[in-house]
Amino acid sequence: MNFVEILRFAIRGLTANKLRSALTTLGLMIGVAAVILLVAVGSGASAAIEQSIAGLGTNVLTVSRAGGQGAVTRPLTVQDAQALLDPRGAPDVKASSPVVSTSVTAVYGGTSYDIPQLVGTYPEYFTTSNSVVANGTAFTADDVSNGRKVMVLGATVAQELFPGQDPVGKQVLANSIQFTVIGVLESKGSSGLNNADDTAIAPLTAVQNSLAGYGSINQILVQAQSADAMSAAQAEVTAILTARHRIAANQNPDFRILSQEQLLATRTTATDTFTVLLASVAAISLLVGGIGVTNIMLVTVTERIREIGIRKAIGAPKFAILGQFLTEATLLSLFGGALGVAAGVIGSQFTIAGIKPVVVPGSILLAFGVSALIGLFFGSYPAGRAASLRPIEALRHD
Amino acid sequence: MSTIPMTPVGTPVIEVTALRKTYGSGETAVHALRGVDLTVWPGEYLAIMGHSGSGKSTLLNVLGCLDVPTSGTYKLDGISVGSLNERQLSLVRNRKIGFVFQSFNLVPRTTALSNVELPLIYAGLGRKERRKRAMAALEMVGLANRAGHKPNELSGGQQQRVALARALVTGPAMVLADEPTGNLDSESTAEVLAVFDRLNRSGRTIVMITHEDHVASHAARTVRVSDGQIVEDTAQWRTTGVLA
Repeated sequence: MNFVEILRFAIRGLTANKLRSALTTLGLMIGVAAVILLVAVGSGASAAIEQSIAGLGTNVLTVSRAGGQGAVTRPLTVQDAQALLDPRGAPDVKASSPVVSTSVTAVYGGTSYDIPQLVGTYPEYFTTSNSVVANGTAFTADDVSNGRKVMVLGATVAQELFPGQDPVGKQVLANSIQFTVIGVLESKGSSGLNNADDTAIAPLTAVQNSLAGYGSINQILVQAQSADAMSAAQAEVTAILTARHRIAANQNPDFRILSQEQLLATRTTATDTFTVLLASVAAISLLVGGIGVTNIMLVTVTERIREIGIRKAIGAPKFAILGQFLTEATLLSLFGGALGVAAGVIGSQFTIAGIKPVVVPGSILLAFGVSALIGLFFGSYPAGRAASLRPIEALRHD
Repeated sequence: MSTIPMTPVGTPVIEVTALRKTYGSGETAVHALRGVDLTVWPGEYLAIMGHSGSGKSTLLNVLGCLDVPTSGTYKLDGISVGSLNERQLSLVRNRKIGFVFQSFNLVPRTTALSNVELPLIYAGLGRKERRKRAMAALEMVGLANRAGHKPNELSGGQQQRVALARALVTGPAMVLADEPTGNLDSESTAEVLAVFDRLNRSGRTIVMITHEDHVASHAARTVRVSDGQIVEDTAQWRTTGVLA
């Protein structure tokens, strides 16, 4: 009685009831695939968010308005933005772009498209926000001072309004105001949560003039000289704005400065929660798959107690019976696990809900290991019980 | 049916003394065996008869090491069975005993040849040797041409002959049969009994339970069991000292 014989018995046992074996395998397969796939989606979402935050620009601080209590809150102005470009007071600031943003409906020919974010700003914005013009040109400081109605489109907007055409040089109506398209941005890639390509950029003055109105601006995008200068730049910006807005020492400032790292930190916390949630759903499905194997092994053993009795009556030792059923359970779970790994990895090649899944090797190992252990552990219990029966008890079983 | 008289020699194949078997305990206890003494010598052909519930099946199960007695001793081929552990017991079942059941008890969905091979697999024999011996055993029961058939493709008589081949294939000291013809028509009964007779003529010890007198008449010795005790034993060696 060697292992090959036991393996042959086990395979014969499994193939004797193909449908049941297949269903059990399916249960485990779904469990394992779910773990791998959902963890991959979770980590894919995190990766996408990191990428989209990197897409905001390098060494960037975002200054936005905050609701200070009690005291008069001053809006951010273009002058604030210009004041930050002070080589003495703020030597660590490289660029500062005021930003107004508004949503507009753009029309070209018979096509209409809602741009969620039309950004009005200075030319520095392009370098600060890592926006590269792929086709055409960016606008210049001259365009800003003359308030020329020109526009650089994001990749998504260009595709929606000008499918199969070159948008450069075309006239677009944004909320009935005519703009000339002078360039198209390189795609930054969509992360599923927010699409960095669904945007358009125009000179600040043109947007204020015709769409947003003069007055307050939404944000100031500040670029530091280097990554190391980030905190120094933040301190300088804070000092300048505090002075300009006349914030007393006991008052809360009416502006807020966020760096990429801070943005990343909040978003990462959110996606971690998301990943944990997905992983626990997957773990439950794996557990259910495991209970399926246990159930099938219980049924299989119970149904075949008579056969076990026959085998014992003709001299099968306990380890041969135990080995046969244990091998059956292990084969089922290994096979189901392997199929699940295959399904999970293949499934991760597709984009799911706008997220490109990233397979985590640890999740494969974990899911496969758990499914193998489930087979061994839950297979051994009913098999051990059956193998310990006296032959006559087993033979009388119906 | 044996024609050559011989004297009991060597070790008895079966030697049980004061065998008792009780199921349950207290008020509801059922005494299946109430002190059985039985000795069977090599080459004997023994029929055990009795009403249902008389304890004859329990006796045979104990003799086949399928069940353990509550008390008493059992020596099989000189080996005291009570002192054996689980592993040794399965060896004894494999090498010393060939058991034939009333309901055939072939492993379902498995060919006749594989069924006959099964005890040899548990005995640890190699593939070639196994096949050779299993085919020889099937040949002996006249079913070599049915080797590839599964139990549900065989008639009752054929199934029982496969079971018989399986019982014989390891060359056991004795063949125990629990109403082997109980589920068979008269033609199949005759076929199966012919195999038993042939086996006994070649020197194999056979202990068989039966209800029917004409089946029992094949055996040289009849033991009658009632209420868990032996009430009649026709063994001639008891009086003549010679196995008939």
